[in-house]
Amino acid sequence: MKSFFDTTKNPWLVKAGFLLVIACLLILPWVLASVGTAWVRITNLAILYVFLALGLNIVVGFAGLLDLGYIAFYAVGAYVYALLASPHFNLHLPFWIILPIGAAVACMFGILLGAPTLKLRGDYLAIVTLGFGEIIRIFLNNLSQPVNITNGPQGITLIDPFRIGSFDFSKRETILGLDFTGPIKYYYFFLIVLAGIIVINIRLQDSRIGRAWEAIREDEIAARAMGINTRNIKLLAFAMGASFGGIAGGMFSAIQGFISPESFGLTESVMVLAMVVLGGMGNIWGVIIGALLLSFVPEILRYTVEPIQKAIFGQMLLEPEVIRMLLFGLALVLMMLYRPAGIMPSALRKRELETKVKA
Amino acid sequence: MTGAAQGVAVPRHASALALLKATDITKRFGGVQALSEVSFTINHGEIYGLIGPNGAGKTSLFNVLTGIYIRDGGTFMFDGAPLENLKPNDVARRGIARTFQNIRLFANLSALENVMIGRHVRTHAGVWGAISRNAGTRAEERAIHQRAYELLKYVGVEKRAHSLAQHLAYGDQRRLEIARAMATEPKLLALDEPAAGMNATETASLRALLEDIRRDGTTILLIEHDMKLVMSICDRVLVLDYGKKIAEGPAAEVQKDERVIAAYLGGEVSLNLKGTT
Repeated sequence: MKSFFDTTKNPWLVKAGFLLVIACLLILPWVLASVGTAWVRITNLAILYVFLALGLNIVVGFAGLLDLGYIAFYAVGAYVYALLASPHFNLHLPFWIILPIGAAVACMFGILLGAPTLKLRGDYLAIVTLGFGEIIRIFLNNLSQPVNITNGPQGITLIDPFRIGSFDFSKRETILGLDFTGPIKYYYFFLIVLAGIIVINIRLQDSRIGRAWEAIREDEIAARAMGINTRNIKLLAFAMGASFGGIAGGMFSAIQGFISPESFGLTESVMVLAMVVLGGMGNIWGVIIGALLLSFVPEILRYTVEPIQKAIFGQMLLEPEVIRMLLFGLALVLMMLYRPAGIMPSALRKRELETKVKA
Repeated sequence: MTGAAQGVAVPRHASALALLKATDITKRFGGVQALSEVSFTINHGEIYGLIGPNGAGKTSLFNVLTGIYIRDGGTFMFDGAPLENLKPNDVARRGIARTFQNIRLFANLSALENVMIGRHVRTHAGVWGAISRNAGTRAEERAIHQRAYELLKYVGVEKRAHSLAQHLAYGDQRRLEIARAMATEPKLLALDEPAAGMNATETASLRALLEDIRRDGTTILLIEHDMKLVMSICDRVLVLDYGKKIAEGPAAEVQKDERVIAAYLGGEVSLNLKGTT
């Protein structure tokens, strides 16, 4: 088995596998839609979590800075979109203008968080970032007086969907004989953005900047002695991570049509961090798997726990939520015992470094 | 001043010879005087030894020089301009690279990547370059890769280029640290006990490497406890004891200096303790 899948001997396997994955991803929404439109929505949310996990991976996985308030950037991006594309301020800017604004504002907040925490590491940094996340959420909750900016806990409603001219992502229409529902349109859009973000992540990791992040993660003093400006490189990690969070937030606003501070609590931050850690900090593919697992498993449970219990016991004994927590606990213990570095740990990565360089 | 002694006829030439001139360097930790008014001059192309008993202040001097500690007094003139309490990364940019007494490699990265990180300070690609991978960035990456591989070859660990740094043999780790420091294109290479824990064969090959580095134009500042190595390779030696300079000069002269002998053998202190031990 292993020798067959050795990609150095069979380079065509990579291409074939790549095409196969793309084909599956293209067909996926239609398969899901035949089960229920809800599943396409769930998939879209899962892709947003992949964005978040990849963004957090830059901070936690690449640069080794433990950030427990990452969801704040998601919130910033979501609110920027909501405020600029809803009846709340009666602004209706197009999404391709707002998403970059959201990314920029989130990036600014990233630097705002990064600057005072440059000398902190590990537990200390975690506590400060956790506080930062809560500060943002509490601000959003209370910025309804004296000037109503965020509309407080009621949140913002009737947020515009993505629109390009007359093409509306939320409307159902038939294109080329295929029935495109709103979620399916969003799915394809998200897929394109996802591909872009994965490429950006891979390229960043394997670059001068990515190596500087790795150096800081490994040994900050040695990194500085090698001439790496740790202040700028760390701020860059915060800023890049935050921008991804901001973009994801804007997309979240658009597909939900409604946001409130409730969606951006500490549990969400912890959830995204769990995705990164479960998948394998620093490994892009691992992080994607982690995010997909933690997004889909609870949903699958939600739809299967009740019928299975009814079939076996004739009644529901355990709520899906309880089972979810039990499974999370079990997964936590198993991971610590067998794969403490994640499903696909990055330390064991076998990067295809060119070996043919001759001096 | 040694620099003046070597170029009596043309004083200007003498100052051109000096790569690093330290004047009255002072560092205190609370009540402990780690360095008191240490002055010395390192000339271009020298191997300059820094010795002294444990706790004499050798590593403190290194840390002050490379910006890890902020000095309490004194000035450094490096390559014609002062080092004004620069951060470690600025010091590296100015051309001083160092190794650490307790090896500080990037343990989970490959040997090659370690050296590639050393190229950071002499390369430029930013976020946009990384994301777009334009022609300039690709050329730079190739150059970084090639230079890193050359340096691994230079220090003799190219066969382990793709092993994680932590899996390298101890002597190879020391060599890799030197290669990483050389990648920053230093004018002054500061080595903190590179031969510590090496056997005689490894020390001999390290000595050959240091001589190669000097021959290829990099000045070396060397902290070392292996006196055989220091005496055979260093042009001049500075001896510290309790944070004070007690001798400076050619290795052979310093070796005969009474204060140096006293510092190493314990001098009066050991005489006083004779009765008790």
